Amino acid sequence: MKVQEIVNELNLEVITCNQLLDREVSDGCVGDLLSVVMGKATKDCVWVTVQSHINIIAVGMLVEVSCIIVSEGFSIDNDAISKAQEEDVILLSSKESNYKIAAKLSALDI
Amino acid sequence: MKFDYIVEGGEFINAGIASAKLKKVLKQLGIASDIIRKVAISMYEAEINMVIHADGGHIEGEITPEKIEVLLIDKGPGIEDLDLAMTEGYSTASKQAREMGFGAGMGLPNIKRNSDHLNISTKLGVGTTVHISFKIT
Repeated sequence: MKVQEIVNELNLEVITCNQLLDREVSDGCVGDLLSVVMGKATKDCVWVTVQSHINIIAVGMLVEVSCIIVSEGFSIDNDAISKAQEEDVILLSSKESNYKIAAKLSALDI
Repeated sequence: MKFDYIVEGGEFINAGIASAKLKKVLKQLGIASDIIRKVAISMYEAEINMVIHADGGHIEGEITPEKIEVLLIDKGPGIEDLDLAMTEGYSTASKQAREMGFGAGMGLPNIKRNSDHLNISTKLGVGTTVHISFKIT
C-alpha cells in the first residue's frame, strides 16, 4: 500500500514531503518510547506516535520508516518539520488517538 | 577509513547527527542495508545516552573491509551498576528525557541486540567508553 492511500483513507494532514506519497508502506508500528520503536519498527513501516519533537525525525530516518503519523492533533515543532523536509521524512498528522489510527491501519491490512 | 564526531551535551536537538552522518558514509561505501541499520540504531542509542547522561562526548571509529568499529567516549558520571544498566526497562534518565520518549531502559539492550560485540568500560566520576563492533563479512 502507498502512503497516499493511507492519507486518503484516514483523512490525514500532510505536513511534509507531499511529493513522496507514492512511497510503499509494508508494516505498522505504534509507540512513544523511541528506543522501543527503534527495537521494533521495521523498514518501510508507518509509525504512529504522540511525540512531535525533532528526535522522531532522527529515529524515523535511522529505522527508515515509510512515514510518521503524529496523533492526537499534537502540534509538531517547527525544527522537526524543517528536519523532515531536509531528510525526506514524510510527516503526517491526525486528530485521532494512536488506538483509532492503528485500528484503521489494521482494517487496511497493515 | 577512520571517522570522528563530537557529540554536544544537553542538546536533544543535535542528538542523532553523528549517527546520521555515519549512516550516509556507510551507504556511500555500499555496505549492506541490514548492517547499516544495525550500526545506525546502535550508534544513535549510544549517542543519546551521551547526551542524556554525560553532557556529550566524542565518537571515533574505523571502517575496514571486515568490520566497523565504533568507540563512544564520554567524561560523564560513569555507570554505577553495569548489570542493572543492561537490564531492559531500567533507566536513570531525567523526567525531561522521559517526557520526550527517551529513558525507556532499552538503549543498552538495543545496542547489544544489534551489534556483534559490545564492551563497556566505566568508572564513577571519570567517564564511560562504549566499544561496539559490527562484522561486515
